[in-house]
Amino acid sequence: MKISYDARGLAEPAAQAPKIATIETGESGSRAVFDAAALSTRQINLELRRLIYDEGVTDVTVRNPGAKHSIAVGILARCRLTIEGSLGYFGCGLIDGPEIHIRGRVGWSVAENMMSGVVLVDKNSGSLTGAALRGGDLVVRGDVGARSGIDQKGGTIIVGGNAGMMTGFMLQRGRQIICGNVGGGLGDSMYDGALYVGGKITSLGVDCVEAGLTADDDEFLARKLRIYGIEPPGAFRKFVCGRKLWNYDNLEPAERKLVL
Amino acid sequence: MCGIAGIIHRDGTGDIGTEMTTMLQSMKHRGPDSSGFALYGPPNDLLVMRIKLADPNEARDFGWSERLERHRNEVEHRLAKIGAMVDVIQGEQEYAYRVTFRYSGELKPLADYIEDVPGCEVLSLGHSLEIIKDLNDAESVAERYRLRGFTGTHAIGHVRMATESDVDISGAHPYWAYPFSDIAVVHNGQLTNYHMWRRRLERSGHRFQSECDSEIIAVYLAQKMDGGLSLETAMKQSLDELDGVFTYLVVTADSLGAAKDEMAAKPLVLYESPELVALASEEVAIRTVIGREIDTYDPYEREVLVWHR
Repeated sequence: MKISYDARGLAEPAAQAPKIATIETGESGSRAVFDAAALSTRQINLELRRLIYDEGVTDVTVRNPGAKHSIAVGILARCRLTIEGSLGYFGCGLIDGPEIHIRGRVGWSVAENMMSGVVLVDKNSGSLTGAALRGGDLVVRGDVGARSGIDQKGGTIIVGGNAGMMTGFMLQRGRQIICGNVGGGLGDSMYDGALYVGGKITSLGVDCVEAGLTADDDEFLARKLRIYGIEPPGAFRKFVCGRKLWNYDNLEPAERKLVL
Repeated sequence: MCGIAGIIHRDGTGDIGTEMTTMLQSMKHRGPDSSGFALYGPPNDLLVMRIKLADPNEARDFGWSERLERHRNEVEHRLAKIGAMVDVIQGEQEYAYRVTFRYSGELKPLADYIEDVPGCEVLSLGHSLEIIKDLNDAESVAERYRLRGFTGTHAIGHVRMATESDVDISGAHPYWAYPFSDIAVVHNGQLTNYHMWRRRLERSGHRFQSECDSEIIAVYLAQKMDGGLSLETAMKQSLDELDGVFTYLVVTADSLGAAKDEMAAKPLVLYESPELVALASEEVAIRTVIGREIDTYDPYEREVLVWHR
């Protein structure tokens, strides 16, 4: 649908791709670089789309992202993206395929609803990291805020540092590896999936229970941490759903009290 | 939604008027209804008071300007009567004034006496604090009140998307901690036990000018500090005693504090360096005062942070 009315001046319906990137074609495909300092959010995203979809560039570097919101969203192609700095909220959301390396930090809701690909964040991440993640790997080398992987339905979230409260809230499928400490309410109301924690746990959420690590878990943890060069902590503990809340029709009074 | 921002120069001063304007303007999308500034200029022997006599969006009848003029004269008359030596009275707008005066008595009787003038509200009172708030975005408020070039040590600001009360100056942040000098608060969130705290604070003699839940935070903290608690202790107690979701910033004559509720429901991004601390709801705001790539982090739930000058 074409937007024709822009009361708040945010949608920029008339924005065009600025066509400022320098493109180099080498043996392994073409590379492009552009500076985003003077561009609006929409211009940056239009330029990315132009490079990836129209020019067929497979490796794009964005300089000076300036912590702007909603950068590199909705990219549905295999490509490599490097962000030379920090992003604001909703960065790299709704993507399917790209490998994105962010050399700074990200705000809230990074890689929201990612279907596949890799998002690697060198520094910290805000709350709601990987909200509703469906697939791919989301790696944060620093600390993350609260409610990481809320409503996660697949994929893997790997955190090198600490995580805030309610990590894995309503987790439905997929896995999270937290190398540091986690805040209160870990895995609250999770349905399925697994949470691996290397550090201290403040408290467990409703219907989240500890499970034993299997040989498959050890192999998975070692492989994922090796890929991203993250130093494993001493030992991991695994947390899964206690499945007491799976069936709502015949809850015992004790379980009913648990959820309310 | 609302956006909040704070900045403190740990040594020396800066153009906090411009800094706060650009920080707030970059978060205009978080709330375009009204914008407010709490700025700390160099401490002065004189008291500085900011008042408003009417709201810019209220219906104006034929006698509007005359009535405001009469009320302004009444404020001046009452200041003289209560024993204040007025230095300068300056009309920033037809309905908003900045008054400097010499006065050594209690602040509460003075504030009450001034606010007894119809339509009058004391927005701030102190030796260095000045609260400027009005409708529309930060740049237009800064323009109307000539805030660019305001030199000072620390400041907080707020862009408001009204959810709990009216769009007018009384409902805009920051809130002065009536009647305690040089304390102000901005808040992003909703307090669910507002009415309980409002009644409790009203019983100890405080007045509230708006229906806005954020107004109680300033008075709550100031009352605790007046009772001998440090700013940090008062803020820690607020985590247990205030219900709801909040991230708030508080400023006093020499410090800036930030607190987050136990659900970590509202954002805050923090940048800290030896010279400067800047906080905001979004990193884009901090980037308007620091142009390069920086390391920032988000405080966790139940964190209380205080910086002193």
